[in-house]
Amino acid sequence: MEGLAESLMLLLTLDPYVYDIIGLSLRVTGFALLFSTLIGVPLGTFLGLTNFRGKPLITALLYTGMGFPPVVIGLFVFIMFSAAGPLGHLGWLFSVRAIITAQTIIAFPLIAGFTMAAVMSVDKNLMKQLIALGATRLQASWAAIKEARIGVLVSIIAGFGGIISEVGAVMLVGGNIEGKTRVLTTAIVLETRQGNFGVAVAFGIILLAITFIANLTMITLQKKHLFEQNE
Amino acid sequence: MEKSFEIKGLKKKYPGFELIIDSLSLYRGEIFCILGPSGAGKTTLLRLLNFLEKPDEGEVFFDKHKFTSQDYWPSLEQMRQITTVFQRPALLKDTVWGNIIYPLKIRKQKIDKDYILSIAEELGLSSLIKQRSSTLSGGEAQRVALARALVFHPKVLLLDEPTANLDPNNIKIIEHMVAKYTEEEKPTVVWITHNHFQAKRVGHRICLMDQGFIIEASDNKTFFNNPTQHKTKEFLSGEMFF
Repeated sequence: MEGLAESLMLLLTLDPYVYDIIGLSLRVTGFALLFSTLIGVPLGTFLGLTNFRGKPLITALLYTGMGFPPVVIGLFVFIMFSAAGPLGHLGWLFSVRAIITAQTIIAFPLIAGFTMAAVMSVDKNLMKQLIALGATRLQASWAAIKEARIGVLVSIIAGFGGIISEVGAVMLVGGNIEGKTRVLTTAIVLETRQGNFGVAVAFGIILLAITFIANLTMITLQKKHLFEQNE
Repeated sequence: MEKSFEIKGLKKKYPGFELIIDSLSLYRGEIFCILGPSGAGKTTLLRLLNFLEKPDEGEVFFDKHKFTSQDYWPSLEQMRQITTVFQRPALLKDTVWGNIIYPLKIRKQKIDKDYILSIAEELGLSSLIKQRSSTLSGGEAQRVALARALVFHPKVLLLDEPTANLDPNNIKIIEHMVAKYTEEEKPTVVWITHNHFQAKRVGHRICLMDQGFIIEASDNKTFFNNPTQHKTKEFLSGEMFF
């Protein structure tokens, strides 16, 4: 109870330590979401609209990526950016760039997979008709994304949900350095271990609120999508 | 009349079926109706005419260019002279207006509001212009599909059974619109239909296809009053067995 009261006080008084961490979390996740969307949506659209020999293999890899343990991705990124790793010369280990890289790798299979499913549900006759009306493949693909826009948005929110609450990979590659790489999830782990329950609970409330809003938005969009399909 | 398509020795093979068109010419300003039973090759021919399929052999002359089986890829500009309306209308999740102007947007062409509204009025769509496509009936959706196909003044209009499953009123509206557009803009119109009464109403030239071949192609009067081929007579009398 004391911890809860302390957390509310920290939130209401705009404690700089708390809000710096919230700000960094949203910035890092925001960039990771942007990059994973830029990779995932075109990839998902391509897989949803085309048929080629290697498609089953790529789809299987994508589905595997969707369920891949994030901490293993963190391990992979750590090895890549470590001093002995192939990208060690970049000096990105224990920086926000490493966190963004790890989160991008975690999120893009989710976004690509759900986008692929959404685009596959677009009427194939529509694509044929758009090409017959003179659309280029790119224009027809863009139209397909717009037709599947609710599903694509849901995929992005799913990607967001997958990375905002991730702790293992972020801890590994970020190092949880105060003022530099400490985000909501890693801060919760640290503050709990140090017995600062008020601060940990404050972070928890914020993380819960962000995740709840994201899921509520996703459910609302899915309901709208189902409504449009049944019209 | 000016020739728009000339086909020579066209062949397209599928498992269990082969389309063979020795010679066929299509002209501007005519409605060329293709009749025939299911599986005759009508849609295959249409797909070859709108370059959605590549033939195995043969040549097609279109827009002063010779397309062969080795080189059957028109430029975007050539492709955009041709449009197809399919049996089942496929509309975007947008308003009627948004659907109709789509071909203009992708071509970055000016949107002539008056012209579009005149087409909409001819097709009985004026009161529906702001309605979402998902709320339209089948007949209304098909009229929107036709409006969308005409709005950019195509030189070739390919119609794959556009009035199948429509009520007589919608059929009449669509037939009237295509006839009017043909009269005014002189496109080449290829109209696939199962209904020889419709072909008689709208077609300038009629062709019967069966098992991948053209059985007979002649002007409307000759085709219906004096067909030369036995199969044509059987088809028109409803006695054709397949």
